[in-house]
Amino acid sequence: MTNAVAAVRPARKKFKITKRVFSYPYVLFMLLFVVLPLVMILVNAFLDSDNNLTLENFKIFFTEKSSLIVLGNSVFVGLVTTLICLLIGYPVAYFLSKMSSGKVLVLFFVLPMWVNFLIRTLATKAIFLAMDVTLGMGTVVFGMVYNYLPFMILPLHTTLSSIDRSYIEAAQDLGADSSTVFLKTILPLSVSGIISGITMVFIPTISTFAISQLLSNGKIFLFGDSIQMKFDQGLYGVGSIMSIVMLVFVLVSNFLMNRVGRNNNNMGRSLW
Amino acid sequence: MVKKLKNFCEKSYLLIILAILYAPILLIIVYSFSNSSNFNFSEGFTFEAYVSIFTSEKSPALWDAVKNTLIIACISSVFATVMGTFAAIGIHSMGRRSRRIVENVNQFPIINSEIVMAVSLMIFFVTFAFPEGYLRLVIAHIAFCTPYVVLSVLPKLESMDPNVYEAALDLGANPFKALVKVLFPMITPGIVSGFVLSFTLSIDDFIITQINKGASTGINTLSTYIYSDARVQGLEPFWYAIFSIIFVVVLAILLTANLYKIRKQKQAQKEGKAI
Repeated sequence: MTNAVAAVRPARKKFKITKRVFSYPYVLFMLLFVVLPLVMILVNAFLDSDNNLTLENFKIFFTEKSSLIVLGNSVFVGLVTTLICLLIGYPVAYFLSKMSSGKVLVLFFVLPMWVNFLIRTLATKAIFLAMDVTLGMGTVVFGMVYNYLPFMILPLHTTLSSIDRSYIEAAQDLGADSSTVFLKTILPLSVSGIISGITMVFIPTISTFAISQLLSNGKIFLFGDSIQMKFDQGLYGVGSIMSIVMLVFVLVSNFLMNRVGRNNNNMGRSLW
Repeated sequence: MVKKLKNFCEKSYLLIILAILYAPILLIIVYSFSNSSNFNFSEGFTFEAYVSIFTSEKSPALWDAVKNTLIIACISSVFATVMGTFAAIGIHSMGRRSRRIVENVNQFPIINSEIVMAVSLMIFFVTFAFPEGYLRLVIAHIAFCTPYVVLSVLPKLESMDPNVYEAALDLGANPFKALVKVLFPMITPGIVSGFVLSFTLSIDDFIITQINKGASTGINTLSTYIYSDARVQGLEPFWYAIFSIIFVVVLAILLTANLYKIRKQKQAQKEGKAI
C-alpha cells in the first residue's frame, strides 16, 4: 500500500516505510498520560477546594510569606549552585579538552551520576554527620554541586573539544598571548556550552525533591520539596500554581537551549 | 619549564576534583567493612554489615523492595520498548507537520522536571480513581521511558536505506514479513539501547515512584524504601553494604561498557584510515 503511494508521487524523496497507524497507540497513550495530566494541573490552579472557579490560589502563592521564602530559597540555591558548578566545571572541561586522552577521562567525571542521587545524597549526609558539620544552607549547596557538576562538565567538554584548533593557532600567530587567546577566542566560542550547562544545572537544582530536605534536616525547602508537600497536604490548588511556575522555568530554559544550537541540545538525551 | 609547571597544575586540579567526587563513594565502601554507622572501626574489620543484608529484621522488606523494583522495571521497559519502536516507525512515515507535533509531545516528559510530571500524574490517577499500586507505577514508568525509546529508534530509521525494505516488497514479501525480516533487524541496535535505557531509568527513578506509589498499598521500590528508612533513622550499617554493592556494580558495568565502546570507535577510525 505504501508502495503504491511512493509510486504515485515519485518526486517525494523520502520513501515512506510503513503506515503511520503504528504510532497511534503511543499518541493516544501520551495524550492520556502526559498531556491530559498537565492540562489538569492548569485547571486545578484555578479551582478552590470545592471546585469553584477562583483566582485565590494565585493570591495565596504570591502573598503568603512561606511560599515566597521557598521561591527565594530556590532561586538563591539554584544560582549559587550553578555559579559554583560553572567555576569548578569550566576549568575541568577546558583542561580535559586539551588532553589527548580527555575523551576517556571525562567518563570518570560523569560516572558517579549513574548511581542513584538518593544514595549519593545519603552518603554525603552520613559523612557530614560523622564530621559534625551543621546541616544547613552550606551543606545543601555542597550536595547540589556534588550531584549536578557532571551536568555542567559534559556539555562544556563537548563544546570545548569541538572548537577548531586552527582558530587558536591563528590567534597565536596574530600575536595574542595565552590569556588573550582564552578571553577573545576560546571563551566566546564556548558560550553555547556554557548556556546548556547552566540550564542543565539550574532546573534540576530547584526542582529536585529530597536533596535539600535531607541535607538541611528539613530546614530548607526548595520548589520540588514544597510542591510535593502541598500535594501531600491536599492543597492541590497552590501545588498546581507552583508546578506551573516550575513549568515556566523549564520552558524558558528549553527555549534558550534551543536557540544556542541543536548539537548542544542533544546532550541531555545522549546522556540519559 | 613554565609549560611543565602549568601542565602539572592542570593535572593536579583535575585529580583534586575527581578525589572530591569519589570521596563519599570510597568512604562508604571502606566503612561498609566496619559494621558501624558513624565511620569508625571500633569493631575492627568485619563482614557483619554484608551478612546483615540477609539476616536483619528488615531484610524481608528490603528484598520485597528489590523484587518490586525489578518487576516494575521489567514490565514497563518491555511495554515502553514495544510501543516506542512502533511509534518511531509510525512517526518516521508521518507528514512534516504532524511529525513535528508528535515529536514535540515526545520531548515533553524528557525536558519537564520530574516533580511536575509526578504530581500531574497523581492528580490524574486520583481524579479518575485508578487502583493504587502496581498499575499506577507501571503506567507512570512507561510514560517517562517510552520517549527515550522513540529517540533511540528514530535515528536508526533515518539512517536506514529505504530501498532495502522496498526491495523486500518487490521480491514478494508481504509488508508484515518485510517488517519482521528486514526492517526490525536493521533497527535492532536502536531497540536494544532503548530497552536498556528504559530499564535503567525505571530502576533509578525515585521522584515519580515516591509520589505515585500511594500511601495505603505499602509498595516500595528500592529507592523509596531507602528514603523511607534512612530519612528517619539515618543509615544503618547494612545500608553501607548495599550502597557499596550498588556502587561497585554500577561503576563496573558502565566503565566496561564505555571503554568497550571507545575502543570500538578507535578501531573503526583506524580501519577507516587504512582504506
